[in-house]
Amino acid sequence: MASVAVSAVEAPVVAEHRGFRQRWYRTPSFVAGASILGAIVVVAILAPVVTWHDPVEQNLVNLLQGPSWSHPLGTDDLGRDIWTRLVYGARTDLRIAVLAVLFPFVLGTTAGLIAGYFGGRTDTVANWLVSVVVAFPFYVLIIALVFALGPGTRNIFIAITIVGWVSYARIVRGEVLVAKRQEYVLAAHAGGLSSARIIGRHLLPNVITQAVVFAMSDIVLVILAIVTLGYLGLGVQPPTPDWGRMIADGQTYLTTHWWLSTIPGIAIVVTALGLSLLADGIADLLRPE
Amino acid sequence: MADQLLGVRGLAMHFSLRGELGRRLRGHPRAVLRAVDGVDLEVGDGEMVGLVGESGCGKTTLGRCIVGLYVPTAGEIHYRGAALEAKRDRATRRQIQMVFQDPYSSLNPRMTVRQTLRELLRVHRIVAEGNVDARCRELLDIVGLSPRSLDAYPRQFSGGQRQRVSIARALALEPKLLVADEPVSALDVSVQATVLNLLEELRQKLGLSILLIAHNMAVVRHTCDRVAVMYLGRIVETASTASLFSDPRHPYTQGLLEAVPRLVPGRTRSAVAVVGDPPSPIDLPGGCRFHPRCPIAQRPLCHEEDPQLALGPHAPAHRAACHFAWTQAPPSHVPEVELEAGSA
Amino acid sequence: MTAPLLDARDLRVEFTLARGVLRAVDGASFRVAPGEALGIVGESGSGKTMALRALVRLLPRAARLVGGTVLFDGKELTALDEDGIREIRGRSIAMVFQEPMTALNPVMKVGDQIAEGPLVRLGLGRRAARLRALELMRLVGIPDPARRADAYSFELSGGLRQRVMIAIALSGNPKLLLCDEPTTALDVTIQDQILALLSSLREQLHVSVVFVSHDLAVIAQTCQHVAVMYAGQVVEYGPVDTVFREPRHPYTLSLLRSVPNVDVVRETLLTIPGSPPDLAAPPSGCRFHPRCTFAQPDCKSGEFPLRPLGESRATACIHDEACAHDVRRDPVIANG
Repeated sequence: MASVAVSAVEAPVVAEHRGFRQRWYRTPSFVAGASILGAIVVVAILAPVVTWHDPVEQNLVNLLQGPSWSHPLGTDDLGRDIWTRLVYGARTDLRIAVLAVLFPFVLGTTAGLIAGYFGGRTDTVANWLVSVVVAFPFYVLIIALVFALGPGTRNIFIAITIVGWVSYARIVRGEVLVAKRQEYVLAAHAGGLSSARIIGRHLLPNVITQAVVFAMSDIVLVILAIVTLGYLGLGVQPPTPDWGRMIADGQTYLTTHWWLSTIPGIAIVVTALGLSLLADGIADLLRPE
Repeated sequence: MADQLLGVRGLAMHFSLRGELGRRLRGHPRAVLRAVDGVDLEVGDGEMVGLVGESGCGKTTLGRCIVGLYVPTAGEIHYRGAALEAKRDRATRRQIQMVFQDPYSSLNPRMTVRQTLRELLRVHRIVAEGNVDARCRELLDIVGLSPRSLDAYPRQFSGGQRQRVSIARALALEPKLLVADEPVSALDVSVQATVLNLLEELRQKLGLSILLIAHNMAVVRHTCDRVAVMYLGRIVETASTASLFSDPRHPYTQGLLEAVPRLVPGRTRSAVAVVGDPPSPIDLPGGCRFHPRCPIAQRPLCHEEDPQLALGPHAPAHRAACHFAWTQAPPSHVPEVELEAGSA
Repeated sequence: MTAPLLDARDLRVEFTLARGVLRAVDGASFRVAPGEALGIVGESGSGKTMALRALVRLLPRAARLVGGTVLFDGKELTALDEDGIREIRGRSIAMVFQEPMTALNPVMKVGDQIAEGPLVRLGLGRRAARLRALELMRLVGIPDPARRADAYSFELSGGLRQRVMIAIALSGNPKLLLCDEPTTALDVTIQDQILALLSSLREQLHVSVVFVSHDLAVIAQTCQHVAVMYAGQVVEYGPVDTVFREPRHPYTLSLLRSVPNVDVVRETLLTIPGSPPDLAAPPSGCRFHPRCTFAQPDCKSGEFPLRPLGESRATACIHDEACAHDVRRDPVIANG
C-alpha cells in the first residue's frame, strides 16, 4: 500500500473556515465601533420621533436658555432647540459624509486598478495626476474649490471627490502591483481569462481590503472637512443644521454659554471615535485568517 | 519530427532595466537582463523532460514564455508543428498549462476550489453547464482529493494538497503539455514524493507531456526521460536522463552533479565542485559564459568564442555546448551510479 | 564517546496559542562531542528548529522552555538567568540562520557587523576589531576582504552573505555552532561551497556543530551523528552511517525511501500516508503509529522514550527489529 502512487483520497487539513459571520461578535473594536455608530445612526434616522421642536424655527423670546424640560440642551442664540439641531445635524453631516466618501472610493479604486494592472503610459499619467493633487494641502485645495464653485452641498461633493480619489488610487495601485505578480493571477492569465475578469474577479477582492479600511477613517476626515467648511461658512448653508455651523455660531458666546459650541464638538468626537473603532474592527475581520 | 509536441527555436527573453535613462545619460551601455538568451528545446508527445539549473539561469522565465505569460523578445515556439502567435487565443492557451512553485500564492485565497475550477470550465465551455459540478469532482478525484475539498478555501489545505489543487486547475483545461515550475521545491520531503508520483501517473494515464523545471537534480533523475541543463540563459547540455547522469559532458553539468549531496554517508572529496559565484545575467562574460568558473577553460578559445550545442559523435541525441565536450576524457570524479535491477 | 560538549535531555517547548497549548518539542534528547557535527533531521512541524533554539533560549515570545536539561561544557544552561544565557549566546555558542538576507542588518556594512562582536563583547579597540573582522573574512573564504567589508548585505550574493553570517558567528570564538538550515536557501553549487567551508572550519578550529536540516543527503555528507525528529520528539539517534544504512525506526525508513536521490533510482518513490499530527492533540501512544506500516496494537498507547541500542545508538520504536529486517530485504543504500 505504501508504494501506491497516489495515496488515499485526502480531505482538507483544517476543517473549519471562520468567516466574517462567525467572527464579528468576537472582535471588540468592531462591536464597540458598530454600537456607537449604530446608536448615532438610529437616533439620526428617528429624528422626528426623538425631537419635538423644529430645527430651523427661531424663537427670539427664548434665546440662550439653559437646560430645561422642554429644551434638554437649551437653546441657541436664535432660540432654536439645540438637541433638535444636534440630531438633524447628524442627519445632514452623516449623509453627506458617506456619499462624499463613496464617490472618491469608486473613482480612486477604479483608477488604481487600471493604472496598476496595465502599467506603462496609463500608470505614468495616473501617477502624474496624483502627484499634482497631492502637492496641495488637503484643506487648502478643498476650500479653494468650494470657494470657486460656490458654497452648497453639491459643490462639497465635487470638491471632495476631486481631492479625495488620490488616496484610494494610491492604495489600490500599490496593492495591485504586488497582487498581479502573485501566481494565482499568472495562472488566470495562462488560463486565458480576460483582463476584465482578472481585474474584477481575482484582483479586486484581494486588493480592496486596504481601501475599505481607509474609507472608514476617511469618513472621519470628510466629516471634519464638512465641519470645517461649515465653520468657514462655505459648507452647508443656514438654516440647515450642521455641526460645523453650530460650532461657528456658538463661538461668540464661548465664555458665557460654552455649551453652544462644545456640545456639537463632543458629538463630532464621539462619531469619529465610533468610526475609528469600526475601521479597526473591519480591518481585523477582512484579513483572511 | 512527427511526434514532437513542443519545439522552441532560438528563444530569447530580455528585460530592460529601470533607471535606464539615467544610466544611458551617464554614458553606460544599455543594460539589459538577458534572462533567456537563445534556447532550443523539444518536448515529444508523452515525454517528461527535465529542465534544471540554479537560480538566475532563466528556467522559470523560459517556462513562462512557453506557457505564454511573456512575449519572447526573439525566437519561436512551435506547437504541433505550427508557430504560436505572440498573443494566444483561448483555444491555444488550453493546450499548454502551468503548475506553479509556491503553493501559498498559486491559488486565489478568496475563491473556493469549486469556484476556481468552475470559472475555467465555464469560460472555456469545456463541459455543458449541467455537468460542471460533476467535472469538478472528477478533477479532484484524478489528483486524489476528496469531494469535500470543493467548498474549502486554499488556506484550509496543506502545502502538498494545494499543489494538487493547482494540478487539478491545470488539468481542467485538458492541456497536452504541462509546464511544472519547481512543483515540489516548497514542499516537505515526504510530500514531494506524492506530487511527483502523481505527475508520473498523469503522464501515463492521460498521455500528458510534462516539462519539469527543477533545481534539484535528484527530482529530475527520478522522473524524467530527458534532461536539459541551463546556465545563464542558455542550455548547456541535453541528453537522455541515463546518459546525462552517467556521462555528463559539460563541465557545469559535471560540477552540478558533483555538488549534489549524496545520501551515502562518508563520501569525501578533495575540492568543491564549482568555485565562485554565478555572474550576473546583466553583465555576461565574453566567450563561453561558464569560463570564469570552469576548471578546464583555456585561453584564448573559451574567453572569446561562445560554444554552440553540439551533438556527440557516438551519443544519440546527447548535446553539450563546450569546446571540449567530446574531446576530453570522461572526468574521474563522475560518481558511481547505483541502479536498481529493472530500471533503465 | 568522550565527555560530550553538549548534552541535551528531554527538552520540552510549549507554545501558548488562542486555541490551546501546543508542544512543539516534547521530549528531545541528543549529544554532541567536542569537534564533531550532529545533524538534526526532520520535516516541518517536527520541532527541530525549536529544539535548536531552546538550547540558547532564543524562542519566540509565545514559546517557553518547560522541561529538560542542557549541559554545556560542564554548565547547566537551563539554570542560568537571562543575563547568564545572553553571556553564552554569541560567545561560546553561536547561531547561523537560514536566511542571510533577513539575519543581516541591511543598513550596516558587513565589516562592521562582523566587528561588532569583538568590539562590544570581547572589548577590543576599533582597529583591533576591524583587523579581526578582516581575518575572519579571510577565514571564511570571502575574496578581497578589505573591499567587501565596506559592502552592504544586499550587494552580496547569497553565498557571500552566508559566509558573512558564519564570520559573525565565529567572531566570539565559539565552541559550538548552531546552524538552522544554513544552506536550504542556496543553490546547490553554493551549498557545496558552504558545506565544505563548515567542514574545514570544524576541523581547523575544533568547533562543534549542530546542523538542523530537512535534507538527509546534506546531513549524510556533513555530520557524524544524526538525531531524527518527528512530532516534537527525537525518534532515532546514532552514527549517521548506521542510521542511514540500517534505520531502526519506521519513520526514518519511510523518509529515506521517499527522498528522490541522485544515486538510487526506484521505480516509484514511497509516500508516507496521512499527514503529521496536530501538536496540540497528538495521537496516543507512538506518534507515528497512525502512519506506520509496522504498527502493532501495542503501539497505540503508552510512552515511547528513546531506548539505547548499544553504544551511542538509540531508537524510540519497540518494533525496530521488523524495521531492520525490512531494510535488509529492500535496502535504501546498497551496501558496498
